Amino acid sequence: MKKRYWNQPKMGLWERVYFIEIARGLGITFGVFFSNMWKWITFRKGALTAYYPEEIRSDYSPNNRGRHVLTLRPNGEAQCISCNMCATACPAYCIEIESAANFADTAHPKSPKRFEIDYSRCIFCGFCVEACPEDAIRMVKDVPDLPSFDRREMGGKIDLLKMWRPTSDPRKQYPAPKVESERTQP
Amino acid sequence: MTQDLLVHVAFMMGSIAFMMGLATVFTWVERKQSAITSDRIGANRCYVRIPFTKIKFVAWGLFHGVADGGKLLLKENFIPNTYDRACYNLAPWLVLAPVLFVFAVIPFGGTLTVGESSYAMQIAPIDAGVLFVLAISGVGILGTMLAGWSSNNKFSLMGAARAASQMISYELTMGVTIISMVITYGALDLNTMVQWQSGLLAGAVPAWGILIQPVAFICFMTAGIAENKRIPFDLPECESELVAGYFTEYTGMKMGVFMLSEFIEIVVLGALITTIFLGGYNLPYLTDAGFIFPGGYTWALPQWSVVMMQVATFGLKTFLVGCFMIQVRWTLPRFRYDQLMAFGWKFMLPLAVLNLVVTVCVRLLVGDHA
Repeated sequence: MKKRYWNQPKMGLWERVYFIEIARGLGITFGVFFSNMWKWITFRKGALTAYYPEEIRSDYSPNNRGRHVLTLRPNGEAQCISCNMCATACPAYCIEIESAANFADTAHPKSPKRFEIDYSRCIFCGFCVEACPEDAIRMVKDVPDLPSFDRREMGGKIDLLKMWRPTSDPRKQYPAPKVESERTQP
Repeated sequence: MTQDLLVHVAFMMGSIAFMMGLATVFTWVERKQSAITSDRIGANRCYVRIPFTKIKFVAWGLFHGVADGGKLLLKENFIPNTYDRACYNLAPWLVLAPVLFVFAVIPFGGTLTVGESSYAMQIAPIDAGVLFVLAISGVGILGTMLAGWSSNNKFSLMGAARAASQMISYELTMGVTIISMVITYGALDLNTMVQWQSGLLAGAVPAWGILIQPVAFICFMTAGIAENKRIPFDLPECESELVAGYFTEYTGMKMGVFMLSEFIEIVVLGALITTIFLGGYNLPYLTDAGFIFPGGYTWALPQWSVVMMQVATFGLKTFLVGCFMIQVRWTLPRFRYDQLMAFGWKFMLPLAVLNLVVTVCVRLLVGDHA
């Protein structure tokens, strides 16, 4: 015997005839197809998906934990004091810092000579950001350009990490460096 | 004599090239059309690069079909530990060959005149063309059943059992529908059917079968998609229940032959629907002498250009019918097995029989000139 369910859908006459509903469904899919096709043949993008990795999506959440950045002092140097706290907090052990000493600058005698994040290992947990006592490392919403044929090329070098020049971010005020005009936005 | 041979060989080569080529194009159409329908971009990474340069031709992903073919040819030819090796190896060809055979009786153009002699553009002008189509397309079931039976795999066996019951059920609907079309046209020959459709209804509308017999068109299209084992009738190979159905145990190009025959079947079914319901190679108002529009305006054309336009019309109609079938695939979900059977026996078959009865009555009342 056929089992009856309490939420058995009740079909009207139109649904019971079935072919008319199929025609309606075909109308919907053909409508989507032709509207998208019209966008393509008039040289617009008729898709919601992005060409990855050529295209950078614009709709990342502002809270997205993406690429790391090193904040800078007004003189263009990294704010990092190479205390190694981020590398200690890192659960994936992917941060590597090599310090450099500059005793002439008495306020900041230590600075990172080499600051590398191995993006083939990074799990984007954000612990390094929380651990930092100097607000020297942050995460921005866009993701690093990860895909590569060689894992040795997947490290974020200090050049990449220092390429962040926010001009207006109401939540995170940042002193704009004076040498801004010489540098380019990533 | 030599000329006859050359022309017929050209017809055969052209037909096979048409089927294979269009089947390959349909693999691309299936990807791209589904992508565009669901707001995606679709396969677009395969390219052909001119050697020693950086010039790449992506061609909207058309080369993906070529890459697939190459991949299938280079795959390991895995053979399961089956007790029936001969049937296992025979099955793919038993699926592919009937599909190719059916195209032999389909007229893809009008009359080609070379020098003194004229040729009907059809590989085999058989008087009982429709019967040939039904007989040969019925053989395809054998290949499917053999594949499932000889694979020594439960999934394959279940797929084959489903395929057999489904294809036999829907073959009935298809046959009854074709009988009603035969009664309408008064001919078993496909070429006569196409010539019947070259006339005009009420002096303006082309007398295509779809306008005279819309119900038969819907029945035939549905039964055809079911015969082809495409979604929503893809129970024999449904990925979510049976791994790949009756060709689970096939690898490499053997599996490729199953896939290819499925896509060739789209082409053949499109050609059949075009021939029986959409006026075949007829372009509206185009006769052998050129265009004759309803207003009395005529435009004479040389014979070769008329033939070329007829062949192009046939190809375009076949392509559009195939695109429609692909769109049906991306619109409807798969039937449940009991729904499939109920739909076939309780809805499609009575509808086709009713259509047949109405056709016969109309034919008796109206007489020969429908």
